[in-house]
Amino acid sequence: MTFPTLNFPVIAPQIVLVAAALIILLADLMVANKRILGWISLIAVIGALAAVFVCRSDSAAFPLALGGPSGPGTMALADGLGLFASAAVLIAAGLAILLAIERVGDFSRFEKPGSEKKQARSGDHPIAEAPGPQVTDRAGAYYALLLLATAGMTAMATASDLMTIFIALEIFSLALYILVGFNRRDLRSGEAALKYFLLGAFASGFFLYGIALIYAATGTTSLEAILHNIQPMSISLPFRPLLPVGMGLLLVGFGFKLALVPFHMWTPDAYQGAPTPVTAFMSVATKAAAFAALIRVLAAVASYDRPWLLALAALAVLTMTLGNLAALRQTSLKRMLAYSSIAHAGYLLIGLAAGNQLGVEGALYYLLAYTFMNLGAFAVLLAVQRRDENDVTGDRILGLAGRQPLLAALMAVLMFSLAGIPPLAGFFGKLYVFSGAVEAGLAWLAIVGVLNSALGAYYYLRVTILMFMAEPAESDQEISSGKVETLQPGWAVMTTVVLAVLGTIVLGLWQWPWTQTIAQAVSTLALR
Amino acid sequence: MTEAYLPILVMMVVAGGFAAIALGVSALLGPRRPNPAKDTPYESGIVPLGDARRRFPVQFYVIAVLFILFDVEVILMYPWAVAARQLGLFGLIEMAIFVVILLVGFIYAWKNDAFKWQ
Repeated sequence: MTFPTLNFPVIAPQIVLVAAALIILLADLMVANKRILGWISLIAVIGALAAVFVCRSDSAAFPLALGGPSGPGTMALADGLGLFASAAVLIAAGLAILLAIERVGDFSRFEKPGSEKKQARSGDHPIAEAPGPQVTDRAGAYYALLLLATAGMTAMATASDLMTIFIALEIFSLALYILVGFNRRDLRSGEAALKYFLLGAFASGFFLYGIALIYAATGTTSLEAILHNIQPMSISLPFRPLLPVGMGLLLVGFGFKLALVPFHMWTPDAYQGAPTPVTAFMSVATKAAAFAALIRVLAAVASYDRPWLLALAALAVLTMTLGNLAALRQTSLKRMLAYSSIAHAGYLLIGLAAGNQLGVEGALYYLLAYTFMNLGAFAVLLAVQRRDENDVTGDRILGLAGRQPLLAALMAVLMFSLAGIPPLAGFFGKLYVFSGAVEAGLAWLAIVGVLNSALGAYYYLRVTILMFMAEPAESDQEISSGKVETLQPGWAVMTTVVLAVLGTIVLGLWQWPWTQTIAQAVSTLALR
Repeated sequence: MTEAYLPILVMMVVAGGFAAIALGVSALLGPRRPNPAKDTPYESGIVPLGDARRRFPVQFYVIAVLFILFDVEVILMYPWAVAARQLGLFGLIEMAIFVVILLVGFIYAWKNDAFKWQ
């Protein structure tokens, strides 16, 4: 009888994150100042990031966790790809925590059910003055769930077995379902959570069914074993069709999680209804984790075969075009960015559809660039969002440059990067994935991508124009004349925006350390 | 390998066939005496009162969720207990960590009044 051997450095990030989440849950019961919990979780994320870098510098010594030497039985693999995607997830988590530290109370506080009834009853007796409704603050649960989601995502990024991928998927999905519905005072938030939960559970079913069929065909769930030991032609004939069918079902599952068209239906509602820091986090971190897993699954199960790449290319075209077209018509900025993040998943998919070194490198670079710029854009939305609202409409940024020039300038940089204007990170990300597609003989895909970027530029630049050239909306004129309380973005929100903008600029201007790391990560993958 | 699953196929055919025969024979041969009382919803023999579609308190929901959580997770202890000797100290520590995680969740639920019937 053989037992699994644990290789702790490989799962160190997850250990740190889960331990911190448990500590926060306990501390939540004891401390009244919830901001401390935010700092604890931020420290935990930084610790997990440090653990990732320790793995990175010494990854030859700790290649595997849970399982014997390389090969079947390996549940998690701390290779370049896994560590890179984990780092992207952790950066997103850190920024999302920093983003929420001042504003978490906006959506985590609510009046205890039944307490307003008590108040009404005591109103009958004027002597016993009611102490006001009892307020519960669920900020601790917010941070704990965020850390657990991050642990699941990093586990998915390093998973090398279909079962590990599925469990990691469930861990972060369950946490995200709750986080999306965290704002109890907003019905939209609950609606978003229900939609996301139902469709997400459905997608999990597809995913698991795919795993079952692949297991039926190959007799293993280990991606390493499938990659090295299984030839599709060596599977006995009645079981052979199960492999592509299983891969198809997995692709549907990934499609749901990555919000690819036509599996994107939940995305706009979930992103709009979720509290803004949650939207910022889930729109980037989920994609980083799921793309890393998809890259591995494609290598093992589909071996980057031509038909699969064409299927990915078709998904990419649909995703980009529909995402961009729908984003054009939105009045809510949150919903616009939700559709724009669908479109960006399409650009990312171009890199995978190319299936070559350059394309996958481009996709990984794009993933990191997207992490910074999209999170930054949602952070700006939070900065202009009112405390009692959960949505951000277009007129909240009308003439923003006049009131908050720095914030407007930072938002402009993020919008330029999302639109793909050089020398920002978004431009180089698009450049790399498009050149990957051209190199793979998919020039038409690159052309569709470029046309879509032009389409996207319209609504990103429109935001800039609204900020710099439009007159403030009526309600904002009231703000500037002092009739309504001025909303100043807190320093933590501003820091998040500044860090995200710095990330976009640095990633664009100072490329070699990142491209080199990515090239190393991709070189170990089994691509075409 | 396929042959090993033959008994399962036989069992599925027999089970399906039995159900089909039983339903079919009773549909063909059974007497039919329609009665309005037969069409009313069954509520343990009590005459139904009012519509089923009305609002009712869902406090039990939290308790049901917690029950499922702890029930399912504690079931993991059974396979561990069977293999506890072979797993040795490693298994014991793993199980201790598992129980601590459960305990934290339990304390959190407790302190947040999840077990109080409001």
